[in-house]
Amino acid sequence: MSATLKHAAWVLRGNPVTALAATGATLLVLIAIFAPWLAPHDPILSNVPMALQPPSATYWAGTDQLGRDVFSRLLVATRLDLAIAVSAVGISFAAGAVIGSFCGYIGGWLDKSVGRLVDVLMAFPLFVLAMAMVAALGNRVENIVIATAFINLPFYIRFARAEVNVRRNLGWVEAARSGGESHMTIVLRYLLPNILPAMAVQISLNLGWAILNAAGLSFIGLGVQPPTPEWGIMVAEGARFITAGQWWLVAYPGLALMLTVLCFNLLGDGLRDILDPRMRT
Amino acid sequence: MRALKSVGVRVGRRLVASVPALLGVVVFTFVLMRVLPGDPAVFFASGPNAGQAEIQMIREQMGLDRPVHEQLIRYFSEIGRGQLGRSMTTGQAVVADLRERLPASLELTLVALILALGAAIPLGILAALRPNSPLDHVVRFVCSMGVCVPTFVSGLLLIYVFYVVLGIAPDPTGRIDIFAASPPDITGFLLLDFAITGDWEGWRAAAGQIILPACTMALFVLAPLARMTRASMLAVLGSDFIRTARSIGLSRWKVIVVHGLRNALLPVITITGIVFSTMLGANVLVEKVFSWPGVGSYALDALLGSDYAPVQGFVLMMALAFVVVNLLIDVLYGIADPRVNVE
Repeated sequence: MSATLKHAAWVLRGNPVTALAATGATLLVLIAIFAPWLAPHDPILSNVPMALQPPSATYWAGTDQLGRDVFSRLLVATRLDLAIAVSAVGISFAAGAVIGSFCGYIGGWLDKSVGRLVDVLMAFPLFVLAMAMVAALGNRVENIVIATAFINLPFYIRFARAEVNVRRNLGWVEAARSGGESHMTIVLRYLLPNILPAMAVQISLNLGWAILNAAGLSFIGLGVQPPTPEWGIMVAEGARFITAGQWWLVAYPGLALMLTVLCFNLLGDGLRDILDPRMRT
Repeated sequence: MRALKSVGVRVGRRLVASVPALLGVVVFTFVLMRVLPGDPAVFFASGPNAGQAEIQMIREQMGLDRPVHEQLIRYFSEIGRGQLGRSMTTGQAVVADLRERLPASLELTLVALILALGAAIPLGILAALRPNSPLDHVVRFVCSMGVCVPTFVSGLLLIYVFYVVLGIAPDPTGRIDIFAASPPDITGFLLLDFAITGDWEGWRAAAGQIILPACTMALFVLAPLARMTRASMLAVLGSDFIRTARSIGLSRWKVIVVHGLRNALLPVITITGIVFSTMLGANVLVEKVFSWPGVGSYALDALLGSDYAPVQGFVLMMALAFVVVNLLIDVLYGIADPRVNVE
């Protein structure tokens, strides 16, 4: 274990940007966990006399139309935003990796029919599909997770399928087969772990995308309901005041979204550079 | 002639191959829309206190009392006749609504794509000419930033800077000032219509309205385009024929643009196609921020009002656009690199 950590530290020293991104991501997770204790003000309690105050020493990011502290709301929202993205990506990764691996390993009609289904999904405008799914399943946070996971699924299936397909007849797979392992074991115990590093890149790049997607859905009023602090809905509420000059209601949640997505994207880029330097663009 | 024929064959094959996907899209959206909460018949009835009999009558009129598979067959036969049903909120046929609003969305997406390509290709080339130089890092940084800011945030911030603070952008609502005269409806693209009629003042006003939403979208898609250009140019510039072209003393411009860029174009075309179809779908958010009267905001309003037909029509149209864009790319491939035609 300590050898792995040492190796990771050695790799990160050579990639300052990736190291920075990794630190940022860790910090985000810590904020997500400890936000309720870190927030200087109550994120829900309104304080109308102090409404729409610009950023100051007391209110670092200003106050919104109900006098709530924007900075506290930003901190508290981290947990919900990260939770939505992580669970959505987790679900689509788990399902997509298993489905894609079996398709790549078995091939034949299963591969063909799943491939067709994936084609159909990819022909959809994905954001609109997510919108329609949340509207159809009901306007709740769980359904944002399901919809985001669903529109990510095709990418994972394709990716896992391609990765398994090039490995299915390699020596060590043949060896496992001739050793009498069942196909189930070969896919789940040998092939899946083998494609995990490549998929880690995909996961990291996808997390940023999932956050943007979830924020976009709540921006148009689907999923998260008003008093709950969430970055997308904070931007939506602030949008009404932008022409009146109250920029902090949009700028700070926007900054939070940007930094979070940036962290995960840079982390994904860094992981890819380490795992496969040729893919760098 | 032979090249033309081979393009035709490829296009035909692609069209046939896309039919199952399109059918799948129609069926899937249809089923999804039937799960939407809210009874459209109640919504469509004259008011909240409409009688049970009236609601029942509307249900029968809309065919909602039939089993789902029968409704689906009816929908297919409607599509066969070129109809997509009727919107309950606007009271018009969905086809007419879409036709009225599509030019707005297309104009916005095309202008955004032109802006994005106009910035991304030079940036990508510059970055590829000097890999790992400060310039390369700046381009990389700008691209990474662009893809991290959600369009609804960058749109609002652009409004703040250019409308509220600097006051140089017009009121960010719609395609044209409410008090301005709109041009005669020739193509539906305001910029083209104004140019055709020679109304340059109107053209400037329309351009002022479109520039902010177009920039918002362009910023978001800058990254994939510039990065692909850089990677592709980098690979081409290292190849033998570029070395030869340089060694025989061709001008720098000729080496980079004529010989380099042309050979680096294929991957860029592919990614442009992908970007264009995602932009058409991602329009929804930008159109909402700028109150743009396009198909995206139309579908969004319909969805929030549980109005089936427009959403189905919108999704089908987007899937069709996806197919058409892929076809166009196939054709462009053959023009950019004739070797593709020789399979």
